[in-house]
Amino acid sequence: MTSDLRVIKVVWQRELLRFWKDRPRLIAGLVQPVLYLFVMGTGISAMVPVTSGVPFRTFLFPGVMCMTVLFTCFFSAGSLVWDRELGFMREMMVAPVRRGSILIGKCLGGMTAGTFQAFMMLIIGAIAGVPMTPTLVVTLLLESLLISFAVTAFGVALASRIRSIQAFMAIMQVVLFPLFFASGALYPLRGLPTWLEVLTRFDPLTYAVTPLRVAVLEASGQGALAPMVTWGSFVVPVWLDLVIVGASSVVALCLALPSFSRTE
Amino acid sequence: MTTDAVVVRGLEKTYGDIQAVRGIDLTVARGEVFGFLGPNGAGKSTTIKILCTLASPTAGSATVAGYDVVKERDEVRASIGLVFQETTLDDYLSAYRNLLFHGELYDVPANDLPKRIEEVMRMVGLWDRKDSAVATFSGGMKRRLEIARGLVHAPKVLFLDEPTIGLDPQTRNGIWGYIRELRKEHELTIFLTTHYMDEAESCDRIAIMDAGKIVGEGSPEKLKASVAKDRVQLRTKDDAAAIAALKERFEIDAAIHEGQIRFGVTSGEEFLPRLFSELGAGIVSVSVARPTLDDVFLSFTGRAMRDAEASAGERNLANPAFRQRRH
Repeated sequence: MTSDLRVIKVVWQRELLRFWKDRPRLIAGLVQPVLYLFVMGTGISAMVPVTSGVPFRTFLFPGVMCMTVLFTCFFSAGSLVWDRELGFMREMMVAPVRRGSILIGKCLGGMTAGTFQAFMMLIIGAIAGVPMTPTLVVTLLLESLLISFAVTAFGVALASRIRSIQAFMAIMQVVLFPLFFASGALYPLRGLPTWLEVLTRFDPLTYAVTPLRVAVLEASGQGALAPMVTWGSFVVPVWLDLVIVGASSVVALCLALPSFSRTE
Repeated sequence: MTTDAVVVRGLEKTYGDIQAVRGIDLTVARGEVFGFLGPNGAGKSTTIKILCTLASPTAGSATVAGYDVVKERDEVRASIGLVFQETTLDDYLSAYRNLLFHGELYDVPANDLPKRIEEVMRMVGLWDRKDSAVATFSGGMKRRLEIARGLVHAPKVLFLDEPTIGLDPQTRNGIWGYIRELRKEHELTIFLTTHYMDEAESCDRIAIMDAGKIVGEGSPEKLKASVAKDRVQLRTKDDAAAIAALKERFEIDAAIHEGQIRFGVTSGEEFLPRLFSELGAGIVSVSVARPTLDDVFLSFTGRAMRDAEASAGERNLANPAFRQRRH
């Protein structure tokens, strides 16, 4: 047990070291969200000044924050494919440790990296005029921890089945953008055409964005107007959103473990 | 427990239609430097993979450090150090970090770990580069670092898969220096594969593998003795008289090749004094050549190592280390 914890710790540390040393990626990971928030957000504000009772940029902020986490964590999971290509994976695979511990360490690494970037987004959000309160900051960071872990687990489940970094990049394009666009990160979940409404309800990311948005709107005193996820007439409470995110990460881990553990 | 370091019985490995290993038996005693010799594609790496628990055998059994490679995987893994043909270092981390990662992964007691790392890094002469990123290291330095890493957790058996492939002669000598030192100072068993004949000579015992089977096994000396006689080359003032004398006194059929009298004897060094006393002043020069492992390989497999490799396929042509060796 203690050695399992040690393995988790050392794998986690390595992920963080690599994340921290990779400054270009650290900065690049923030450029896209900043563009969405400041340029696209400002442009669209000209058409839709107020959404759910708050300025459009404030409405958009949780979606963009979610996007940051999504990309950071997916890249983090992608390091698995790098490790395999560069041979380092073997070093971990021949060690007398449980594969599950390595997997958990990887996911915790992605979780920390994702939450760090989410924190950077909080600063950028404050600059963009999103009203911040201590409760909001704590809530968003705690939710980011959960979401980052889930996204990394999902990324690892994919990465452990992929052999080349090019293939992983391609899959990222094919998987991430549909997930992001169908999640309601950029638009309210109400008044959508039926096909899109159904799509958003099946997108796990929807349940990750919603709690973030609810927190942001509550801090602006517009909690009542927050676009909750609905299943027919049932309004999904925030706690259930979070449970769904948590449960998805468990499912992702279960999918990742067998392919991760395979010998060669 | 005084068990042998490696015991292999009836080991087979099949990939689809390809029989990579076709039933081999091996025993490696503790503290031995055991060389696994054979052309590329002979099944050496597959065997090592099985012994390191990276592949499962199709049939047969194997134990390493007394543990079964299938049933006691983690115990085997904790008892072995591994250096693969390809590097498995993290290029982005410093040399020290790479070893630290390894030590933590192998659960080396935290108090001993820094001391251990310093010890092994000093041994391979990389201590002064401990904080450099591995990406800045040359191929030889990486290999040395990998050997050091393989020793951090004080394994009982060190597996080296082609440890000197693609390295310059000076680095190769250096690596062999460590191997000898390790055997002498630590009670370490070393199991290595090579297709360099001269490296195989440095082992205590070797097994020759060809096409998935072990075709010969023993000390390099014994193998050479079992194969061929020492080759004596002789120049004399009167070759015809000397040939007649060899026939008469020693019952040796000698012949002249390229201006020298040539013949084989079982033990060249013991034969020379007798030769001098019988032939006396007529001798101008004498040389004795021991049989080489090349001769051994040829006699066991019926083909030269080079030809065996050439038939191992296109794959090798893409391998620069291999090309380099052929020149």
